[in-house]
Amino acid sequence: MLWFFHKHIPYIITYNYLVLCLKYVDMKKIIVVGNGMVGYKFCEKFVAQENSKNFKITIFGEEPRPAYDRVHLSEFFDNQDAKALEMAPREWYEEHGIELISNERITDIHRSSKKITTSKDLHYKYDYLVLATGSAPFVPNINGIEKKGVFVYRTIEDLEGMLAYADEIQKGRNETVKAAVLGGGLLGLEAAKAVMDMGLEPHVVEFAPKLMPRQLDRRSSNVLQEKLESMGINIHLSKATNKILGDGAITGMEFGEYDKIDVEMLVVSAGIRPRDELGKTCDLKMGTRGGIVVNNKMQTSDPEIYAIGEVALYNNMIYGLVAPGYDMAEVAVSQIIGNSHVIMPEDIDMSTKLKLIGVDVASYGEPFMPVEKGYSVVFENKTKDLYKRINVSHDGKKLLGGILVGDASDYNMLHQIYLNGLPIPEDAEELLIGSRGDGEGGFGSVMDIPDAAQVCSCESITKGDICCSITEGDCNNLGDVIAKTKATTGCGGCKPMVVDLVNESLKSLGKEVKETICEHFDFNRQELYDLIKINKVKDYQETLNLFGEGHGCEICKPLIASIFASIHMETPNKQPGIQDTNDRFLANIQRNGTYSVVPRVAGGEITPDQLIVIGEVAKKYDLYTKITGGQRIDLFGAQIHELPMIWKELIDAGFESGHAYGKSLRTVKSCVGSTWCRYGMHESVTFAIDIENRYRGLRSPHKLKGGVSGCIRECAEARGKDFGLIAVDGGWNLYVCGNGGATPKHAVLLAEQLDDETAVKYLDRFLMYYIRTAGPLVRTAPWLDKLEGGIDYLKQVVIEDSLGLAEELEQEMQGLVNKYECEWKQAIENPEMIKRFKHFVNSDDTDDNLVFVPMREQKMPKAWV
Amino acid sequence: MQDILSKYQTVLEADVTTWFEVGQVSDFLENSGACIKYKDKQIAVYNFTRTGKWYACQNMCPHKMENVLALGMIGDKDDIPKVACPMHKKNFSLEDGSNLGGEDYKIATYPVKIEGGNVYIGFSD
Ligand SMILES: Cc1cc2nc3c(=O)[nH]c(=O)nc-3n(C[C@H](O)[C@H](O)[C@H](O)COP(=O)(O)OP(=O)(O)OC[C@H]3O[C@@H](n4cnc5c(N)ncnc54)[C@H](O)[C@@H]3O)c2cc1C
Ligand code: SF4
Ligand code: SF4
Ligand code: FES
Repeated sequence: MLWFFHKHIPYIITYNYLVLCLKYVDMKKIIVVGNGMVGYKFCEKFVAQENSKNFKITIFGEEPRPAYDRVHLSEFFDNQDAKALEMAPREWYEEHGIELISNERITDIHRSSKKITTSKDLHYKYDYLVLATGSAPFVPNINGIEKKGVFVYRTIEDLEGMLAYADEIQKGRNETVKAAVLGGGLLGLEAAKAVMDMGLEPHVVEFAPKLMPRQLDRRSSNVLQEKLESMGINIHLSKATNKILGDGAITGMEFGEYDKIDVEMLVVSAGIRPRDELGKTCDLKMGTRGGIVVNNKMQTSDPEIYAIGEVALYNNMIYGLVAPGYDMAEVAVSQIIGNSHVIMPEDIDMSTKLKLIGVDVASYGEPFMPVEKGYSVVFENKTKDLYKRINVSHDGKKLLGGILVGDASDYNMLHQIYLNGLPIPEDAEELLIGSRGDGEGGFGSVMDIPDAAQVCSCESITKGDICCSITEGDCNNLGDVIAKTKATTGCGGCKPMVVDLVNESLKSLGKEVKETICEHFDFNRQELYDLIKINKVKDYQETLNLFGEGHGCEICKPLIASIFASIHMETPNKQPGIQDTNDRFLANIQRNGTYSVVPRVAGGEITPDQLIVIGEVAKKYDLYTKITGGQRIDLFGAQIHELPMIWKELIDAGFESGHAYGKSLRTVKSCVGSTWCRYGMHESVTFAIDIENRYRGLRSPHKLKGGVSGCIRECAEARGKDFGLIAVDGGWNLYVCGNGGATPKHAVLLAEQLDDETAVKYLDRFLMYYIRTAGPLVRTAPWLDKLEGGIDYLKQVVIEDSLGLAEELEQEMQGLVNKYECEWKQAIENPEMIKRFKHFVNSDDTDDNLVFVPMREQKMPKAWV
Repeated sequence: MQDILSKYQTVLEADVTTWFEVGQVSDFLENSGACIKYKDKQIAVYNFTRTGKWYACQNMCPHKMENVLALGMIGDKDDIPKVACPMHKKNFSLEDGSNLGGEDYKIATYPVKIEGGNVYIGFSD
C-alpha cells in the first residue's frame, strides 16, 4: 500500500480517504535531508523495523539521482555506469513507502513550526528531522583556484566534468599531459589513480611530509611512496601551494619562487567540510570548526532533530568514513522508533583500507603509538615495498592498531583481533607473520619468504632447508641447524635471518626459544653486558666462571670480548685468546691465511706524503693495494710476522690502526663539502674527520659506518650508513640506522638542523644506546627494526631523554673516547704482545704453504682447491 | 694438495716414537692455540688452561687447506674440547679429530705431554 501526501495529489474527500487521512495523521512524519549513503542507510534500516509502519519518511536529495555508492565512485571511470553505483533504484523507495524527492535542496528549517523549506520554496512539516547532508570537499583559498580545469572529487557530476576536460586537453596531443591532485590522503591517492587511468600523468601534491598523514607513519608513507612512484604516480611532499598558474585555465602550480610544476588539470582533495549550513540557519549547536553537534543518541541540540553521517560532530569529531555513518543511522533509527538503549559507542573504529588498485594500504585502530599506551613491532622490506606495523599494549596482551602497506592480506584478521580484543600471541611479532599457515600472501616475516629462497649463499642453503631441518628433521636448536645445514658457516652474513628462521620454526612447533648467546651462557647480549658492567667483571674467564658453564666457544668469546671493549675501551691486546682471528692479529684474515692492513684515513682526507708512505710500504712488502669503499687504502697479502714491521713503518709516518678488522667504527665517509664543492653548505670533511676521530676504535655489536655530505646531493651516501649527517640550511640533518651490504637500507631522520655540538651529543647517545642494547652481530638497521616503537621511540630516548639516560650515555661515550689508544701502537711497543705475531712458536720459518699468482700488475692468492 | 693432507695421520699415545719438545708452557697463550713446526708438518697446539689439558692437531683445515687451525678459537661443545676454524667456523673435536658438524672432514690429532715446564708433542715418524 502506498501512502502519499503531496501537494500534487488532488484532495478527494471520500470515506476511504478520511480513513486514510486519520491513519496518516496518526503517523509520525520523518523528513530526511540528504539522500546520500547515510541518508539512504537510514531509510533501509528504518523500513526493516517492526513498527516502521507507524512512520512516514520523506527523503530529499539535492543531487539529481537516488543515493549512490560514493565509496566506489572511482569505478565510474571504468564503466561510466551511474546506475551500477546506485544504493537502490528509485522503485525501492516506492516499494517501501518512502517518498524520494531528488534534485531539491532544503534551504531552511523552522524549528518552532517544525517545518522545512525547499529550494522550490515548498514547505513540509516534520515530527522528526534527520540531517544527513554529508560533507563537501574542502577547497583551500589558493590564488587562482577558481580557474578552469580545477575539480573536486565527490559526485558523479564531478567525475563527468573531469572526464570531459581530460579529453579536451589531451585531444590531438602526442605528449602525456600532466595533472595534479592536491592532497595525498586516502581520497587524493584514489583520485591520482583515476587521473592516471584517464591517460594523464598524475602528480600528488601534499602539504604534510608524508602520505595519508592520518593513517600512516613516516616509514609506511615512505614505502607507499616508493611503490606509487614505481607505478608512475609522482609524489610531492611538504609542498604548500601558493598559486594556481594560468590565465583562464590552469597551466601549473606554484609552491615557492622557483618551485613549480606544470599541470593542466587539478583535482582538489584536501579534506572535507561538513555541510552544516542548515544547522547554522536554525541555530543548532555547532562545533567551533563546523559540524552539527550530536549526543550519543545522534540528537542535535534540538531533540527532534537528528544529524548522522559526515555532517554530525560526535565526540568533537567528523568521521569521514562510511562505516561510522552507518552506525549513526542505526542509532537514529532506534532512537526514533523507541529503542532508546541503542546508542553510539564512545570509540569509533576508524580503520581503513585503501582500495586503490595496485597497492594494499590499510591502517586500523591506533596506527601511531604514543609510548604511554604501548609499543610497536615493525617489519619493513623496502625491496618489496612492504611495511607492517603492529601496536601492542604494554602488557603485551592487546593489539591496539597497526599499519599495513604493500600487502594487506592480513588486514582482516588483524582488524578482527583489534576490534574484538582477541588474545594475541605472547610474542606479538607472530602477528606479523600471521598468514604463514594459509600458504599465500604476506611476505610479512622471514617465514613468508618462499621456501626456495637462498638464505645462506655461501653454502647454498634455502629457507626450506633450514626450516625442514627442524620441522621434519631432528634439529632442536640453532647449533643443530648450523651443524646439519652449514648455514652461516660461510661469511656469516645470513646469521640474523637464520636465527629468525630457526626461532620461528621452533615456535611453530610450540618449542620455547630463548635468545641466549650459546650453550655456555644462558643470557642474551644485553643481559651479559649489564652483568659484566655491574659486577665489574675483569675478564672472560671470570665471566665464564660467574655466569656461564663449560669452556666457551667461538660464539661467546668474541662477543664477550666486544662487551669488554665497549665497557672499558679495552683493546684486543689485553685478552687476545678470546678475540676473533681478525682482532687477535689486528688485521683482516684473507683467503689464504694472509692478512690485510688498513691504516685510518679519517674522512678520506690524505696528504701526498702519506700516499707515498703507503706506496712505499706496499712495495717493500709486496702487498696488493686497493682503494676501499670507505675511502681508504687496503694492503693485502701480508704474512703474520710481517704485520708488526709494516705497522711500525706506518705508525712512524703518523698513521694509526683503521680498525678495519674489528666490529667497530670503520670509516666516516665524506664529500668535499663547502671547502671545494660549489654546492657545499657546510664543511663536511672537517666534520667527518672530527667524528671519525671521536669514535675511532669504538667497539660495537657490529661494524659501524658513518657518512657526512655537504648538501642534500648526498655524494657521501651518508644515508647508506649507520649514521649520516647531511648539511642543510641551519645545520646538519642526522640520519641513523642505514646500511649498504646485503640488505640495503636508507638511514632514517633522527633530528634536523643540528649544530655540530648537538649532532655529536645525539650521536653519542644514539651509539651508546645501540651498543648497550643490540644483540650480537646486529647492525643498527635491524636493531631499529626490532626496537619497540621504532624511530619514534629512538627519538624519545635520544632527543627527549625519555629514559633519563642521556647524560649517562654521553658520559660513557666520553669515557670511551678519552681512553682511546691505537692498539697497533700499543702492540708494537710491547715485546710480550708482539710475540703472538709469529707463525710458529718453535721456529722463525714462515708458512711455506702460501702460494701467490700474478694478477694484472700485482699478485693474488692462488685459487682454492 | 691432497698429499699435503695425507702427511697428517693421527698418532695415538701408544704409537709415539718421538716426543718432540716444542717450547715452554709459557710460550703458549692461556686458553688459546699456537702453531709449531715438526719436520715439514705444521701442528696446532692448544693450551686449555681452564681444564689443565693440552691438545694438538694438524694446523691445516681440511676444508680449504689453509694453515689456520692454530688461530681458531677453542672451547667445548657438549663437553667435547674443540677448535673452530677461523675461516668458516667448522668445528673439530680435539679428542678424535672428527668434524662436530657431522661432515666428512677429519683432522689428525697428536698426543701432548708436559714435563718440567716443557711441552712435547708425540710423533711416530
Ligand atoms: C571518491 C570517494 C571515495 C571514498 N572512499 C571511501 C572508502 O573507501 N571508505 C570509506 O569509509 N569512505 C569513503 N568515502 C567517504 C564516504 O563516501 C562518505 O563517508 C559517505 O559517503 C558519507 O555519507 P553521507 O551520507 O554522510 O554523505 P554523502 O554521501 O555526501 O551524502 C550527503 C548527500 O546529501 C546531499 N545534501 C547536502 N545538503 C543537502 C540539502 N541541504 N538538501 C538536500 N540534499 C542535501 C548531498 O548532495 C549528498 O548527496 C569516499 C568518498 C569519496 C568521495
Ligand atoms: S662483497 Fe666482496 S668483499 Fe664483501 S664479502 Fe663478498 S666477496 Fe668479500
Ligand atoms: S653532497 Fe653536496 S657538497 Fe658534497 S660533494 Fe655532493 S654536491 Fe658537493
Ligand atoms: S678453511 Fe676451515 S672452515 Fe673453511
